[in-house]
Amino acid sequence: MLIYDIVIIGGGPAGLAAALAAKEKGIEQILILERDCELGGILNQCIHSGFGLHIFEEELTGPEYALRYIEKIEAFKIEYRLNTMVVDICADKRVTTMSQADGMCVLQAKAIVLAMGCRERPRGTLHIPGFRPAGIYSAGTAQKLVNMNGFMPGKEVVILGSGDIGLIMARRMTLEGAKVKVVAELMAKSGGLQRNIVQCLEDYGIPLRLQTTVVEIHGKEHITGVTLACVDEAGRVIDSTREYVSCDTLLLSVGLIPENELSLKMGVKLDMRTNGPVLNDKYETNISGVFACGNVHHVHDLVDDVSKEAEKAGTYAAMYVKGGA
Amino acid sequence: MYDVIVIGAGISGSTTARELSRYQLKICVVEKAEDVCCGTSKANSGIVHAGYDARAGSLMAKLNVQGNQMMEAASKELDFPFERIGSLVICCAKADIPVLQRLYAQGKANGVQGLEILGKEAVMAMEPNITAEVVAALYAPTAGIVCPFTMNIAYAENAFENGVEFRFHTEVKKIQKVEDLFEIETTKGLLQAKCVVNAAGVYADRIHHMLSAEPMRITPRRGEYLLLDKTAGAHVSKTIFALPGKFGKGVLVTPTTHGNLLVGPTAVDIIDKEGTDTTAEGLARLRKQGGDHVRNIPMEKVITSFAGLRAHEDGHEFMIAAAKDCENLIDCGGIASPGLSSAPAIGKMVAEIVVEKLSPRFNTQFYGRRKGILSPARLSYADRDTLIRENPMYSNIVCRCEMISEGEVVDAIRRSLGATTLDGIKRRVRVGSGRCQAGFCTPKTMEILSRELGVRMEEIKKSGSDAQMILGKNKEWL
Repeated sequence: MLIYDIVIIGGGPAGLAAALAAKEKGIEQILILERDCELGGILNQCIHSGFGLHIFEEELTGPEYALRYIEKIEAFKIEYRLNTMVVDICADKRVTTMSQADGMCVLQAKAIVLAMGCRERPRGTLHIPGFRPAGIYSAGTAQKLVNMNGFMPGKEVVILGSGDIGLIMARRMTLEGAKVKVVAELMAKSGGLQRNIVQCLEDYGIPLRLQTTVVEIHGKEHITGVTLACVDEAGRVIDSTREYVSCDTLLLSVGLIPENELSLKMGVKLDMRTNGPVLNDKYETNISGVFACGNVHHVHDLVDDVSKEAEKAGTYAAMYVKGGA
Repeated sequence: MYDVIVIGAGISGSTTARELSRYQLKICVVEKAEDVCCGTSKANSGIVHAGYDARAGSLMAKLNVQGNQMMEAASKELDFPFERIGSLVICCAKADIPVLQRLYAQGKANGVQGLEILGKEAVMAMEPNITAEVVAALYAPTAGIVCPFTMNIAYAENAFENGVEFRFHTEVKKIQKVEDLFEIETTKGLLQAKCVVNAAGVYADRIHHMLSAEPMRITPRRGEYLLLDKTAGAHVSKTIFALPGKFGKGVLVTPTTHGNLLVGPTAVDIIDKEGTDTTAEGLARLRKQGGDHVRNIPMEKVITSFAGLRAHEDGHEFMIAAAKDCENLIDCGGIASPGLSSAPAIGKMVAEIVVEKLSPRFNTQFYGRRKGILSPARLSYADRDTLIRENPMYSNIVCRCEMISEGEVVDAIRRSLGATTLDGIKRRVRVGSGRCQAGFCTPKTMEILSRELGVRMEEIKKSGSDAQMILGKNKEWL
């Protein structure tokens, strides 16, 4: 069985920064496991700029930001495996992976850094009544289809949720030729960055309606429209404000959930509020030598903050390995 | 010209077609949707009822108990998930105990084995999450759960393998009897048959009235459901019912064969036979009522909600018979709950009526076994390793939540009556049915469908003809 000092689960911004930090602390045997076909994680589909202002003091696109780290990973000859899925992970830090190249493979780690990122909240968690037609996408899925595959979900778009992905997608859909009719936000204030509200909505004349939500989805096979309505301070729908808006696409940007299924499998304790692992001041979980960072810990607004957190987690993981050696 | 045309590729039509394929008959199943299992059969509780609910002496009672008894053998022969997990009917008031006793007596009369009325302590020991207000419960050890999609698909696949034709996107518009033959006008042209089996679900009354004057009325009874993540799947270990009411068996809480937790259904009679939309009231009621007999359901773990329509007949009875005023029209209507539980017996009964009419010879080539889609997750790591080396597609995970590989998706598409849509893949191999609800896998699944079917991405559908996933290319409309 192969033994590594540190196995990092996930080759997105958190995993890359953790790996580099550990390497800089002198750890030799590091392995990054990535299920996708390239390193960089979700940054690869974030082709807009605005990344790296804090760390690089430059405005980079997502792929550019990722590349800065990937180039260092290559320069330091840190080992990584792509198209590799972790299928099991135990509290004794044994990791079972699956890939075409290596089949089923068991690795032993001295320390593990969990860096699996997060997923989008799906429609089902919102209890929006109506049909379940085609044309409803979480914003990130639509972003992948548009930015990576070059396909448009539709022409007339309603976006629910004004988190940053929703705002970014409002602009992207507009630039690619769709009409974004409205961005509806349940809360009294957008959850997105102010600069995104200005640059993604206001610059394109896209209305942002606060304290407004989708209360019904129309269309049996393909979405034909939504009913919007205002909500009061307590979040109750005000029926007199119901309004039908025709559309062929509904994008949902209603929050992100840390992806901790592997963490749970190995017995890591989660914080029920953040859905992320409970960590000590060394970014270590309840299992000694198992660390977590980035959006798997809690959802960050800025990738720069993910990288900073992951550097610390990687450093502590390195110290753990050295101390234990 | 066909010997038999079966209208509807839901569970009743599919079990009927499969039982009929034991004979030398030219059979065709016509279905208005794009796939099998697209109506009532795809949106229900997935419960195999023990058989104590239906009135003693009714056809429903008889077929429920028979179907339940046949289910295990059928699940092995046709390779679909079935587990006999047992059920409890929870009674929370002393005054209602006679209701439990009536159910018990009715079950006995129907021939249900192993029924027991349990006291509070025994119930709590069995299911710690039952409400503390429970005073007694009816325990039915023969009740179970089944995967309704796989069961329907399995019967249809086996029918197909034994020579039954299936025509999709084929809606019956009009039927006439010309001498001894039925002329069936469909959206895909005219078909002829000696015998028609009406297994049209909520539309069975419309089909029936194209040929018969005998009364039949099917009301769509909407049932809404909440589906919870697998991390909530062990909240109960059996199917937990409330005491039955006027609109049926009430809201139940059950694990599914795939390890999720299901809460539902509501029961509201509606007019629209396509009204599978969920409602704000229904979803709110489930969040509240689910908790009436089961404590602390983690509603924050709901991953999706859906609604299905039961084909409720006015007398709440299965209408399985040859029409009296139209020779060789066999109705299979009113197949509401416990229709899924009864399905193996329904198929057998309908086939027997047809056989009596047409007196066909046995199909000596009939082969009753069907092998399901290989699930690598159930293999040992060593076997999985061998499989990946033989076919690398099994190493490429498409659906992260359910851990479904490209190999499984391709099998779902390439096999008999294979999937042609995202929903078809979902019902066959669960891609997109997990906690992210198709967020990550959608683009990948679309690419595989496009490649395997040899169609452009713009032609990929979620379900029926109008359900395109994408409407154009970037900048196409600028």
